[in-house]
Amino acid sequence: MSIIVGYVPTAEGTAALDRAISEAHKSQSRLVIINSSRGDAIVDKRYAQAQDINEVTERLEKEGIDHLVLQPVRGNDVASEVLEAADKYRAELIVIGLRKRTPVGKLIMGSTAQQILLEASCPVLAVKAGA
Amino acid sequence: MDILSSLMDGFATALTPMNLLYALIGVLLGTAVGVLPGIGPAMTVALLLPVAMVLEPTSAFIMFAGIYYGGMYGGSTTSILLNTPGESSSVITAIEGNRMAKAGKAAQALATAAIGSFVAGTIGTALLVVFTPIVVEFAVSLGSPSYFAIMVLALLAVTAVLGASRLRGFASLGLGLAIGLVGIDSVSGQRRLTFGQPLLADGLDIVVIAVAIFAVGEALWVAAHLRRTPLQIIPVGRPWMGKQDWKRSWKPWLRGTAFGFPFGALPAGGAEIPTFLSYVTEKRLSKHPEEFGKGAIEGVAGPEAANNAAAAGTLTPMLALGLPTNATAAVMLAAFTQFGIQPGPLLFENEGPLVWALIASLFIGNTLLLLVNLPLAPVWAKLLRLPRPYLYAGILFFATLGAYSVNLQAFDLVILLVVGALGFMMRRFGLPVLPLILGLILGPRIEKQLRQTLQLSAGDVSGLWSEPIAVVVYIIVALVLAWPLLFKAWRRMRPRTAVAVGGGTVAAGPAAGGPTAERPTAERTTAVSPGQAAAADGKTTDANTADATPANHGQEKS
Repeated sequence: MSIIVGYVPTAEGTAALDRAISEAHKSQSRLVIINSSRGDAIVDKRYAQAQDINEVTERLEKEGIDHLVLQPVRGNDVASEVLEAADKYRAELIVIGLRKRTPVGKLIMGSTAQQILLEASCPVLAVKAGA
Repeated sequence: MDILSSLMDGFATALTPMNLLYALIGVLLGTAVGVLPGIGPAMTVALLLPVAMVLEPTSAFIMFAGIYYGGMYGGSTTSILLNTPGESSSVITAIEGNRMAKAGKAAQALATAAIGSFVAGTIGTALLVVFTPIVVEFAVSLGSPSYFAIMVLALLAVTAVLGASRLRGFASLGLGLAIGLVGIDSVSGQRRLTFGQPLLADGLDIVVIAVAIFAVGEALWVAAHLRRTPLQIIPVGRPWMGKQDWKRSWKPWLRGTAFGFPFGALPAGGAEIPTFLSYVTEKRLSKHPEEFGKGAIEGVAGPEAANNAAAAGTLTPMLALGLPTNATAAVMLAAFTQFGIQPGPLLFENEGPLVWALIASLFIGNTLLLLVNLPLAPVWAKLLRLPRPYLYAGILFFATLGAYSVNLQAFDLVILLVVGALGFMMRRFGLPVLPLILGLILGPRIEKQLRQTLQLSAGDVSGLWSEPIAVVVYIIVALVLAWPLLFKAWRRMRPRTAVAVGGGTVAAGPAAGGPTAERPTAERTTAVSPGQAAAADGKTTDANTADATPANHGQEKS
């Protein structure tokens, strides 16, 4: 069993990671970190760079959590990557970060979080930044 | 005085609100395509050709000039912030500029690049104003044999000197010349390469071919390599420079300009060689040589000035002789033809107001670019986050629309796809696009000069070298072609010293005034110097160093 966390190098992503780490401590399960990009733009701020990933792994090692960091760039959207990993690593929980959005903003913009919430077969924990 | 009053008239035309608007559009578009790796000013001008046909020729060329200069500015932003040269002439900027950005001096790097480009662009354009009429005066006296020889030189020099592989260059040139042959022979009325297809009798439309090669070919190529790990971009605020930066930048700007303009003006100068030369010179003259390789501001200021001055220089043979030496100039030349304007030495005489308005708009565009680029650099960097499928879908759509609108013939779409596939294959096998476009555009004109020469001499081949200038040019052509052999023989004779001396001639070449015959020297030695730095043992072959140069799929950006 494992806990999947969708990580992006933003405040929301860090909040999700924090929460996922504390969940992993509680259940003593493995933490799988997914940071993905479709890879179709030349620059993607949501794709974590090596330095960022190193900081994350260092922190996890310090806390003594069994972990796995995945950065697939296969042209799939982030939601499918998270869901696929959840299947593959038999997730007991998915942790994601949520941005604050108005209902209208939600109507216009599709959402990765929404797709994960609707399609996941395990519990999903949505975390907001600064909460 | 005559020149000055013509130029003032040009300013009067270029400063009308409508033309200023087109200059602004051109500048914005140019910067945008310069920032995005893979698409460049040549593709943009090609895509806009069909649209531009409904404009006044003057407005259209003012817009194209803005795109041309804008592309040069935009390229530096990508090089500095992303370490991906937006175009081949900003490869050097990428080396030093990106190091500066990583050291937290991105703002200064962008500022010195933008201001340096402005300084060089303005001085370069002023030089263009001074020199072009002189070249025209000389060119008007040229007969067909000399003109033919000069065009042969331009084609061979661009093909043989630029680019990694001569074989690929010549293959591409051959393709271009062959495409240029399609249609009815203007003298005998015979059909050539039409395969019995009546729609081919009028020849292939240059607009369709240019759009196919640049836009469709590139879009297919990108589609074939769509997924890649996103690159890290260095965040930056508004560009600015401190007093120290100004002090260290102004000399490299001027020296870069001095390198760039003459190389741009030569038939095979291009913008890459002067940027290399400028970099090497700055490294030598710098008071802080230890900073080179770690982010020295001189290493950004010099090359950036050089590539903009070269861009201005390129317009000299383009306007004075009708000889383009880079892809954008070639497509602009095609635009002249589309408007029914005959490029060549008579251009100034016949289309004076248009040409002077174009030149005036270069000054204006340069100033606009500085105003647009300094405060907005972070905004331009955001363009890189655009998902490429949307971008290229748009380009393909626009390409198709443009190709169809030229003649309203569905047959042109077939040509577009076939030639687009050719463009893709050329990228796949590393064939440079520039010789093809030059061959296509110069081919018919070179043929006309050849025919004229032979008609004048009643079919006698010796008519080809009946003018002294033609003979001189043929000797230069022979030198350009024989150079690699001579160089190899020379190196075999002096295997140890060759590399050390090679480093020396880099500085000596331009000091000698850079006559046409000097050009290959500079090219070869600069091609060796990056390999020298990497391998240090000097045993690297030319082929290896050529492969090692950081080119995007081995060819210049279109």
